[in-house]
Amino acid sequence: MAKKIFTKDNSTYIIVILAYIIVEALIGTGNLSSLMKGLLVPLCVYVILAVSLNITVGILGELSLGHAGFMCVGAFSGAFFTQLVGDSLNGGLRFAIAILIGAVVAAVFGILIGIPVLRLKGDYLAIVTLAFGEIIKNIINILYVGTDANGLHISIKNAAALNLDPETGRIIIKGAQGISGTPSDSSFTIGVILVLITLFVTLNLIHSRTGRAIMAIRDNRIAAESIGINITKYKLLAFTVSAAFAGIAGVLYAHNLSSLVALPKNFGYNMSIMILVFVVLGGMGNIRGSVIAAVVLTLLPELLRGLNEYRMLIYSVVLIAVMILSWSPTAKAFRERYFGFLSRRKKEVS
Amino acid sequence: MALLEVTGLGISFGGLRAVDDFNVIIKKGQLYGLIGPNGAGKTTIFNLLTGVYKPTDGHIILDGENITGKKTADICKAGIARTFQNIRLFSELTVLDNVKAGLHNEFKYSTFTGIFRLPKYFRNEKSMNEKAYELLKVFELDKEADVLASNLPYGKQRKLEIARALATDPKLLLLDEPAAGMNPNETAELMDTIKFVRDTFDMTILLIEHDMKLVSGICERLSVLNFGQVLAQGDTSKVLKDPKVITAYLGE
Repeated sequence: MAKKIFTKDNSTYIIVILAYIIVEALIGTGNLSSLMKGLLVPLCVYVILAVSLNITVGILGELSLGHAGFMCVGAFSGAFFTQLVGDSLNGGLRFAIAILIGAVVAAVFGILIGIPVLRLKGDYLAIVTLAFGEIIKNIINILYVGTDANGLHISIKNAAALNLDPETGRIIIKGAQGISGTPSDSSFTIGVILVLITLFVTLNLIHSRTGRAIMAIRDNRIAAESIGINITKYKLLAFTVSAAFAGIAGVLYAHNLSSLVALPKNFGYNMSIMILVFVVLGGMGNIRGSVIAAVVLTLLPELLRGLNEYRMLIYSVVLIAVMILSWSPTAKAFRERYFGFLSRRKKEVS
Repeated sequence: MALLEVTGLGISFGGLRAVDDFNVIIKKGQLYGLIGPNGAGKTTIFNLLTGVYKPTDGHIILDGENITGKKTADICKAGIARTFQNIRLFSELTVLDNVKAGLHNEFKYSTFTGIFRLPKYFRNEKSMNEKAYELLKVFELDKEADVLASNLPYGKQRKLEIARALATDPKLLLLDEPAAGMNPNETAELMDTIKFVRDTFDMTILLIEHDMKLVSGICERLSVLNFGQVLAQGDTSKVLKDPKVITAYLGE
């Protein structure tokens, strides 16, 4: 039981910190294109999303296709708060509170959706989470929220139905036009800090009594129940934590854009599936894998931009190749033989 | 003193009466056997005792506490632990973590403590490790503590399941065909282990088994089931000589 310094967990933190130092050095020496600079915050968003979805898919073992829905809730509640307080708070504090609000609101939605959904299993659960994700996106698309001297006004019809006081009234969420003019409070440094916080919570959760209970449920529900683990509680807990971090990713995302609109592209099921691809490719339950997969798969289409119309073709070929190389038994044996000293896998006993 | 008292236990699945009017009294420290042909309702009784199924009739009293119709997790807390006919381990967890999962309700700390690694986390994890290693040593699994449960050989998986069940600190241990798929040597070894568990942990054990050598070797009392009903009940040696049992189960 000797303590190892280079455990898989620590290597995950080290990879993130090294990547941060390298990128900062590149920026400092002016070697990073503005296109890449624009990708830095979204990269952090995707990493947080992938790691948080891995809690549901890899650790709890339930397939969720509504992750973008929680991100959407977080993004809008966080941006709403920032718009509401405006300049009355300074940027740093305002963003910290926005993050907390995004996390809490997404967590509440996680609980509300989790209670009915987690009674289902497998494919059914996946379909229902997909539906919930879409419902959230569509509701936000017709939601109008404004504020005036009398307080908050909410409508799902149109801006006029808000009945705002013409003097002091201000519409914050404008239905399909979303929220615009959110100050860009996020930065790459803040993104990396949030990634590290996500990793810290997720990895420590996995190695605690709670994480063991969640993984026990994943591996065998009946046996977990028979040793006195409260199934509902831990399923809901994992689902909620996962939703909360998706909310945080959403807040980060919202504060990187001047105009936030709930489009199918950013909060629809396409997004949910893309996050799922990160998780599956990185390995279910493998947090470090999720981080690497999210970064590589986000950068790849950009790096292949020069190839024009062949871009997505090559992207899909790379996806298949990576899948085969990382998970086929032959490739695994090959890696084990030549790079076995790098990974400290559990020894197998015949 | 009766540890487990079951009266008039029965369950129907639609028109099928799977278990009917099952009565048993198991004394503290007893090794009790439950035998019968396939489909007689033995595992159903285990599922009734552990709350997997809710009984249609009857009462289950464990150590003076009525546990009829309670949830599985609560019945475990009340003091019944079990193993399964088809082994159900947490296959992607290590051997050590399997046992530590069994210690879930003995060493408690909150999720918050776990995430922020407060002092209580380290204290509890340390005691958990010590207790888990103690149990693993009893079953000679301590050298494989870091192996994934799914990579253990079959016989050791059976042992690990018993170790995990014991980790919940039960009053009554239910073993569902512990010797299934074992060769005669392994079965003999298992008999010693079961006796050892009974003596060291002062455990009361109810087991389902087909292996007559094991049953006659270690069980003090027996219940024989056939088609959901009790055919014979009493001291092992007498029951096994009962002509009804011989025709129904052992063959003439």
